[in-house]
Amino acid sequence: MNASRVQLPAVEKEQRLFEIRREAEQRGSVDARGISPSGAPFPQASAETGYYGIPLLKRPAWTWEIPLYFFVGGAAGASAVVGAIANYTGADRKLVRDARWIAAAGSILSPALLISDLGRPARFLNMLRVFKPQSPMSVGVWTLLGFSSGAIATAFAGSLRERFGETFLLRVVENAGEAASLLFGLPFSNYTGVLIGATAIPAWNENAGELPIHFGMSGLASSVGLLELMGHRRSRALQMLGLGAAMFEVWEGWHLESRRRSALDPLKHGLSGGITRTGGILSGPVPLALRFASLLAGRHSDSFRKWAAVCSLAGSLLTRIAWVHAGHVSAQDWREPLGLKPDA
Amino acid sequence: MAITAFLTDSTLCIGCKACEVACKEWNEIGDDGLDWSGHSYDNTGAVGHSTWRHVKFVENAPEPGFGGNAELNSWSFSSDVCKHCENAGCLEACPTGAIVRTEFGGVFLQPDICNGCGYCVVACPFGVVDKNPDDGRAFKCTFCYDRQKVGLVPACAKTCPTESIKFGELETLRAEAKARIEELHRRGMQDANVYDPIETSVGGTHAMFIVRGDVRAYNLPPKPEVPTIYLKKAWTSSAIGAALLLGGTLAAFLADRPRRRR
Repeated sequence: MNASRVQLPAVEKEQRLFEIRREAEQRGSVDARGISPSGAPFPQASAETGYYGIPLLKRPAWTWEIPLYFFVGGAAGASAVVGAIANYTGADRKLVRDARWIAAAGSILSPALLISDLGRPARFLNMLRVFKPQSPMSVGVWTLLGFSSGAIATAFAGSLRERFGETFLLRVVENAGEAASLLFGLPFSNYTGVLIGATAIPAWNENAGELPIHFGMSGLASSVGLLELMGHRRSRALQMLGLGAAMFEVWEGWHLESRRRSALDPLKHGLSGGITRTGGILSGPVPLALRFASLLAGRHSDSFRKWAAVCSLAGSLLTRIAWVHAGHVSAQDWREPLGLKPDA
Repeated sequence: MAITAFLTDSTLCIGCKACEVACKEWNEIGDDGLDWSGHSYDNTGAVGHSTWRHVKFVENAPEPGFGGNAELNSWSFSSDVCKHCENAGCLEACPTGAIVRTEFGGVFLQPDICNGCGYCVVACPFGVVDKNPDDGRAFKCTFCYDRQKVGLVPACAKTCPTESIKFGELETLRAEAKARIEELHRRGMQDANVYDPIETSVGGTHAMFIVRGDVRAYNLPPKPEVPTIYLKKAWTSSAIGAALLLGGTLAAFLADRPRRRR
């Protein structure tokens, strides 16, 4: 690097020079940081190699906020549904209240994450100048708007009613808000699966038919997990929902692993595959086993459920990170959109 | 208004990059591609937020009669650009309505409306639209909408010294492409073909390419699909997911009710 710096001979540096020479002799070229393959053998553009292996698709331009938004939105949407149904069926008041607050917290956090991901956050409102049914992003933003206003109104009106007594206005706001948060919460909990499913990224659009259910169930698992960590570990309804979500996640994991489509490679191999599998195990088999254990273990039941909740939450978050990461890997793989990759 | 198009003929391209320079100067795009890539004479790699015209240098093993001879590598050039799809993924995906169809049939991204959500980037089957991380917004070829509006030819087509980039009315160019292919075949270039994915869900493009050999060597996807084709499947799945969530929650809480009432 620096010509004026005199280096003393060192064994490892001499060893490295020897390694470079050996690599050059054996492979005909040397790969190292900062070295472009400008020497022989010439890189080629051909039907088999594509255009020098330069990615054909662009990687998602989203930042860290987006997988977190998928997680928060999924948990909030499912919580609003759980809260509303719990209320309608006359369940424990504290459970209703806690579920509403999770939904409300998610309703504040979700738009914050979404806006901060924008390249021009000040122009967020441009999203509201049109409604495009053919754009999942547009449908999602309008759903978010309806959901957030409903969930926040319900939580605040409900807590005001409990503190200052019932008035007609509070009751109207609370009930209308709850109906809205239920109505919009259902699509809000899983539309992010449509959002990434209907794209040009092969690993995503290959799963367009499952991603929304997968994300919705993952959101339900995290909502149940949060409620259980808030102390609702005696609710049988939450236990059943947790079991159901975990069972679906087991099926989803099997469904991903058993298909031999080359587009699914990023979900099985490398770092993105590792995160996907870790997230899948933490979402499916582990909480399923822990929940069954809690059903059977009398005295330790509570701690099994607590750990099931923790695992589901971690699994749900990892799952969203994994899918976004797999999208990046998939976009970099030029062979898939060129149709050069055989199915395994 | 006439529906216009580009026809980029790689058999005429000499790889001078005049189109890249013209595009950058007219549209005032920032510089890029100043590092050696080692991929022939291509230092920009692909179209992106700061490269709206991009000359590909397809260098291959020596092959006589393919821009090379027995000693020299065969070499062909092709100027890539936004395809201005008939069914454009970016246009459908844009949640702000920033991306519109112009009266000339092109796909135009209005920079004063784009809020940089990045959804068009993953919706483009050709990897054209790109977000500029410094600016925050997405950018792509405008089809020189401003120039077309006043009756001028796009900057790249105007500067092309060999008329490799042809600009004109879409159907006229389609016919011209067909005639050109026939002529090339007559002259012994049996591998010449037109890239205009008209049978796919993209429904044809407003930027066609004449290339020799396999289009995949030019990073042109043989079967590009507009992502809206996945919408039906995905929203069905979303509806099933919502039904499962609603039904499951209802069943769970109803089943849990009698115990509490005791």
